[in-house]
Amino acid sequence: MIEVTRHDIVIVGGGAAGLRAAIAACEVDPAASIALVSKVYPMRSHTVSAEGGAAAVARDDDNFEMHGYDTVKGSDFLGDQDVIKYFVEQAPRELTLLEHWGCPWSRNEDGTVATRAFGGMSTKRTWYATDKVGFHMLHALFQHSLRFDNIVRYDEHFATKLLVDGGVVRGVAALDVRTGVVRVVLGRAVIMATGGAGKIFPFTTNGNIKTGDGMALAYRAGVALKDMEFVQYHPTGLPGTGILITEATRGEGGYVINSEGERFLATRDYGVGTKAELGPRDMISRAIIQEIEAGRGFSGPYGEYVHLDLRHLGEEKIVARLPMVREISKIYIGVDPVHEPIPIRPVVHYMMGGIDTDITTATSLPGLYAAGEVASASLNGSNRLGSNSLTECLVFGASAGRNAMAFAKGSSEGSEDALRREGEEEAARIVALRGKQKGGEKLSRIRSDLHQTMESGCGVYRMQETMDETARTVAQLRGRYADIALEDSSTVFNTELIAALEMGNMLDVAEAVANSAASRNESRGAHTRRDAPNRDDQNFLYHTLCHFDPAGPRLGKKDVTLGHWEPEERKY
Amino acid sequence: MASKVTMRIQRFDPAVDKEPHDQDFEIELPAGITILKALNKVRAEKDPTLALRYSCGSAICGSCALKVNGHARLACKTQVSDCTIDGVMRVGPIGNLKILRDLVVDMDPFLESLGKVKPYLEAGNGSVPELERTQRPEEFLQIDPSTTCILCAACYSDCNVLAVDENFFGPATLAKAHRFIFDSRDVDTPERMRAISAKTGVWDCTHCGECSTRCPTETKPLERIEEIRTKAMADGFHGNAGARHALGFRETVGKRGILDENYLPARSMGFFNIPGLLSLVPIGLRMMMRGKNPPLIPHKIDKVDEVKKTFARFEELRK
Repeated sequence: MIEVTRHDIVIVGGGAAGLRAAIAACEVDPAASIALVSKVYPMRSHTVSAEGGAAAVARDDDNFEMHGYDTVKGSDFLGDQDVIKYFVEQAPRELTLLEHWGCPWSRNEDGTVATRAFGGMSTKRTWYATDKVGFHMLHALFQHSLRFDNIVRYDEHFATKLLVDGGVVRGVAALDVRTGVVRVVLGRAVIMATGGAGKIFPFTTNGNIKTGDGMALAYRAGVALKDMEFVQYHPTGLPGTGILITEATRGEGGYVINSEGERFLATRDYGVGTKAELGPRDMISRAIIQEIEAGRGFSGPYGEYVHLDLRHLGEEKIVARLPMVREISKIYIGVDPVHEPIPIRPVVHYMMGGIDTDITTATSLPGLYAAGEVASASLNGSNRLGSNSLTECLVFGASAGRNAMAFAKGSSEGSEDALRREGEEEAARIVALRGKQKGGEKLSRIRSDLHQTMESGCGVYRMQETMDETARTVAQLRGRYADIALEDSSTVFNTELIAALEMGNMLDVAEAVANSAASRNESRGAHTRRDAPNRDDQNFLYHTLCHFDPAGPRLGKKDVTLGHWEPEERKY
Repeated sequence: MASKVTMRIQRFDPAVDKEPHDQDFEIELPAGITILKALNKVRAEKDPTLALRYSCGSAICGSCALKVNGHARLACKTQVSDCTIDGVMRVGPIGNLKILRDLVVDMDPFLESLGKVKPYLEAGNGSVPELERTQRPEEFLQIDPSTTCILCAACYSDCNVLAVDENFFGPATLAKAHRFIFDSRDVDTPERMRAISAKTGVWDCTHCGECSTRCPTETKPLERIEEIRTKAMADGFHGNAGARHALGFRETVGKRGILDENYLPARSMGFFNIPGLLSLVPIGLRMMMRGKNPPLIPHKIDKVDEVKKTFARFEELRK
C-alpha cells in the first residue's frame, strides 16, 4: 500500500522561494509541520546559479517610487502595478533579513551594504555578494532552514501530481528518486516553488533540472499559466554552453562590442538611449541579434556572437567584483577577461510567465500557492529587470509561506481514501512508464525536435507563421511522447525515468508558450514580432491565460492592474 | 579535433550486483569537452541507464563530484583531455559514502555531518531584522574563502581520516565551522570554539592536504582547519589531546631541538589521564616487540642554542 505522510503544508521546490516560504511558515507557527519536497538537495537548486544581484531600495538617492517605475517600465507596462508596489516596499526588509541569516553581502568601506548598477534600474540598487549572489543567498537560506526541526525535507523526491479532493488541493504525489517508491505527501495547502523551464529551449543558462515541473503540475490541475509567451533572452551567454555571464559585468562598466570594434549600444539607436549597456535585457538581446544579422558579429565553432569587453575595468576590480565571471570564462571558453574580450550571444534565461497567481500568491485552485519563477504574480510583465527575480523569490516566497499557513488553518484534511487512491493511480502511471519497452519513439529525438521547434518559433524575433508551426509541432510531439520506449527498469535512481517524466512537463509548458505567443499580435517586452513590430495597448494590454484541455489549450485574458503609472512609450 | 577515448566507468546496480564493476565505453569526443558532457554523451549514445547527478553545468551547484582516475573532481569543471591517460579515463563515484547506484552515492551522512557544527549564523538576541548590521570589507575577507564552499563533498570523498574514522567531522564541515567562527556578525564564537576543540573536532585532521588539493573552490579546507587551530591555541582552548600535542611538540623541540617521542604521547594524552595513558600501552608494547620504540634517554643534538634562539625569536614575532 502506498505510503501517506501528513503535514500542515507542503512546499514543492527547495530553492530561494521554497526555502523562504518554509522559513516564513515556521515563523507563523513554530509547531507546524512543513514538508519540503525537492527533486534535488536544496543547495543544488537553480537559485545557486544566479550571479549578479538582488534589487531593493537601499540608498538615500533612491525610493520605492523609482524602483516601482523602473520595474513597470521594464515590464513594458504589463506588470500589475499593485503587485509592483507591494514588491518594492517589501524588498529592503527581505534582503536585510537575509543579512541576519548570514548572507555575506558585499560591503562599502564603512561596512554598509554595497549596491551596483543593473540594466533598466535608474540608480544603484542591486545588492550583491561578489558575483555569486544566488549561491550565497541560497546557502544562507538553506543554512537558516536547518534551525527548524519542523521543516521535514523530502530530498530527491520528484513531485509528479497535485492531489485534489473536493476542489481543494491537499498534497502531492512524489517519486522517491532513490527507491522508486511513490509517496503521498499531504498538507492542507501546497506551495509551488519549482522555478523555471529554460530546458524547453536548446540554448539556455538554465540547469538541467529546469523543466517546468511545477508549471505543468498546476496546468494539468486546471490552473491557468499566465503570460507564457514572454521568454527572457539574457544578452550575455557563452556560445556553446549557454553559461551565464552576469549582467553585473555591464553594471560594473563592461562594454558590448561588435566586430568593427564599435560600442553599438552607445552609438546606434536601439532604444536604450544613454543607458547603452545598462539598457534592459530584451532591448540589448535584440540589438545583438541585429548586429549579427547586419554582418557585424564574429563567427566561431558555436555560431555567431559579439564581444563583452571588461579589460578596461582592470584586474583588481574584476577579481574583487566578478571572480566567477573570470573563472567561468577561463574554464569554459579559455578566455581571461582581464586580457581578452568574452564572446557572448543572447541565451534563454527566464520565464516571465508562470502559474497565474494574485498579489497574495494564491491561485485559482483553493489551497494552491506559487512563488518565484514558477509563478506569475505579474511583477515582471513582459520583461523582467535583472536582479528583481532573486528578491521576488524572497518577497513572494515569504508571502506564500504566510498565506498558505493561514489557508491551512481554516482548511480540512480531505478524504484520505480518495487522496490515497489518486496517489495509487499516479504510482501506477509511473510504474508503467518505468522501463516501458513498447513504443517506437526515443526520448532524445523528442527532446531535440522540441528544442529545434522552440528556437525557430519562439526565439528573440518571432513571426505568426513560425509560431503557429511550433504550436502544431508541439502538439504532434505530445502524440509521439505517448509512444516512447525506455530502457532502464531499475527502481533506484532511474534518471531515464525522471527525464521521461520531465519531458511530459516540458511539452505542457512548451504548448503554453507556443500557443500564447501565437495569440499575441503585437510586440511587447520580450515578445518581439517582425510582422507586428509595435506595442498595441488598444488591443493587447492584457495578460494571456492558457488553460489545459486534453483537446488542446484554451486561451483567455486577464486585466492588467493599472492606476498608478500611466502606460507610455518605452524609451530610455 | 575529435578523438576516441575509452571511458572506464564504474557501474553498480543494487538489484543485480554484489560489487561494483568497471564497464568500458569507447566514444568519439570533440576537443574541449568536459567530463560531464562526455558522460551525457555516453548516456545519449551508448547507455541511458548510467546514473549520475548533475545540474548547473557551471561548477556552482556541487552536484557532480566524481572520482576521475581515483581522485575527486567536479565533472562539469574538468576537461576530458586533462584526465585521459593512454586514451583511457577512469570514472567512479566519490568515496567515503555508500554507493546507491553507478556514480550516485548517499549524500545524507555528508549533510548530517554539517549538523555537528551548528551550520547557521547566530545573530544574537539583539539583532533587529529591519536594521542592517555592518561588516567591513577586511572583516569579510576572513570568511571569503570559507563562504565559497559548494558542498560538493569532493574533500569528504578523498579525506584519509574519514576513511578510518567515521566520527571525524570531515573537511567541509570544519570549513563550515570556520565560516561562522570567523564571521564578525556571529555572536557564538566562544561556544563554537569550545565545541570544535572537543574530541573528533578540529584536531583529528592529519594535515594530509587531500581536501585542499581536491577542493574545486577557494574553500581549501586544510587552510581553514589550520586557521581554526591557530585561533584555538591563541584563545586558550588547550584542554584536549590535539592542543596538548601541539604544545608538547613545541616544548620538546624548543627545549632540545628534537622531538621527544616518549614525552609527546604522554603530554598529548595528559599526564594525569590514567585511562588515556593506559590506552597507549598496547601500541607501545607492539612498538617494543618490533624494536621501533624510541630510546628512553633521547640523544642530544649540537647547537641546541641555535634552536632555542629561533624559538625565542618566533615567540617575539608572535607577540
